[in-house]
Amino acid sequence: MNVTAVASESQAGRIWTRFRQHRLALAGGLVVALLLASALFAPLLAPQDPTLLDTALRFRPPFADWALPLGTDELGRDTLSRLLYGGRVSLTVGLVAMVTTVVTGAVIGIAAGFLGGLVDNLLMRFVDTMLCFPQVFLLLVVAAFVPPTLLSISLVIGLTSWMEVSRIVRAEILHLKEQDFVAAARALGASRARIMFRELLPNAAAPILVAATLKVASAVLMESYISYLGYGVQPPLASWGNMLTNAQGYFDTVPWLAILPGAAITLTVMGFNFLGDGLRDALDPRLRMDP
Amino acid sequence: MIGFIAWRLLQAIPLLIGVSLIAFGLMHLAPGGPLAVYTLNPSIQAQDIERVKIIFGLDQPIYVQYLKWASGIFSGNWGYTFFGGRPVLGVILERLPATMLLMGSALSVAIVLGLSIGVLGAVKRYSVFDVLATSGALFALSFPTFWFGLMAIFVFAIQLRWLPSGGMWELGEEGNIISLLQHLVLPTLVLALVITATWSRYSRSAFLEVMQQDYMRTARAKGLPPAARLMRHAFPNAAKPLIALLGVELPFLFSGALVTETIFGWPGMGRLFVDALNMKEYPILMGMMMFTAIFVIIGNLLADLAIAVIDPRVRLR
Repeated sequence: MNVTAVASESQAGRIWTRFRQHRLALAGGLVVALLLASALFAPLLAPQDPTLLDTALRFRPPFADWALPLGTDELGRDTLSRLLYGGRVSLTVGLVAMVTTVVTGAVIGIAAGFLGGLVDNLLMRFVDTMLCFPQVFLLLVVAAFVPPTLLSISLVIGLTSWMEVSRIVRAEILHLKEQDFVAAARALGASRARIMFRELLPNAAAPILVAATLKVASAVLMESYISYLGYGVQPPLASWGNMLTNAQGYFDTVPWLAILPGAAITLTVMGFNFLGDGLRDALDPRLRMDP
Repeated sequence: MIGFIAWRLLQAIPLLIGVSLIAFGLMHLAPGGPLAVYTLNPSIQAQDIERVKIIFGLDQPIYVQYLKWASGIFSGNWGYTFFGGRPVLGVILERLPATMLLMGSALSVAIVLGLSIGVLGAVKRYSVFDVLATSGALFALSFPTFWFGLMAIFVFAIQLRWLPSGGMWELGEEGNIISLLQHLVLPTLVLALVITATWSRYSRSAFLEVMQQDYMRTARAKGLPPAARLMRHAFPNAAKPLIALLGVELPFLFSGALVTETIFGWPGMGRLFVDALNMKEYPILMGMMMFTAIFVIIGNLLADLAIAVIDPRVRLR
């Protein structure tokens, strides 16, 4: 009992040491933590109600007034409050889409890798087919049909981006299922479902975790694309994507309205990308971009 | 080789069928079918919708509609647009040159830049340049394309007034090559950013991998100068994953082109897609999905064939 505890501790220690050496990943992790905290505590941090209109205070520049630190938009709404609440929306969509992607991708990847044969063949041809479509095209077509709620947007993003995850998981399962512990579980009479989800899945956790982190980044980006094109989060609910669309109309005169939400998207995507990159290097040196 | 080509072509057929099923299915999964939007429009009466349904064959059983549409694809009849009744393939092909020009110039810029950055990074591994380039690439990958485009318009078109902010030509200057090139610079830059980042990452890791091989040590031991080692030995071996990347990246290129064309008002296929989406032009949307997917399938096929030409081992598998 003690032996396993020590072994797992030292493995966690090794992972943490490798992760710590990756300074950009640490910075990414910090950014992600701050963003999540700011989204979580948005009602406490926001100076105002993000939907409060005040047409007397339109287009205030940033840093001019302590009560409205980042200025106001075309309807006199406080930009900082809208950014904070918009971050809530964007991150929620990012996280729910990521969960959808990972669950779909993992189930299909495990089924294909473990069951093999015809199932594998059919599922992987389906993946190939889905990958023939440019994701933004697929996303927009589906998003144009469904009524845009936070849940439907997240699901649409998740269900059009699970294909890479399923390939990663399948490759991992193909390698794992030849290992002795699977043979042992089979010899002990474990059912196929048990082997798939209790034996194989936990052992494939590292690449899934890395893919999940990177998928949050791409889902936030996708949300901003479809919101920007008008098929995502609908006003008056603020998301960083639709704030940008709004700002585009006043772009030549009040550029900060477009700069701020774009910077927020970039910062978020970058945070998750650097975090994911660092996790990949730390969790599984085999998967490094840098051989 | 002929056997290999025939085998790969055969493999593309189920893919094409799958693609057509998904493209067709998506349009008809929409609640109420393709004409649902018109039922909400008070100025259109129920009998008008019924008439339109019959004109477009939407009253027939779904598999009949699919078979008609799918068989039309092979004979060049991709259906007709709801508005104006123009042939869909013609509408798409009309926009093809603009998109090809944009994608081609962005891809060329990205490959030259990305490859140079990646190779230099691999040769001078862990140098200041390498560290800056690898983190810079991840930074570039995090940029929302449309935001980068807006910023580029703000700086280069509005503030500095160096370049036009959108469109393909100045009014009345259609066909003027100088005007075209001026309009091409910003969209190319915006679309090339993300692709450059991907290329520099992939070429760096491809070259690092090749440079660890025994034959590279042998080449060095027999006294070949670095340039010859790189060009004669490393390059052909590192080219394989990069050619594969070219095929795999095509869908991303189309997605990027859609966003870039929307920002810059570039009259290509991406703009057509967004316009068709706003007007609920299902025949165009289905045609565009099919067209891009066929394009991607052909691109991947060509990439596979190119790899098979370079590396005879691939053909044996």
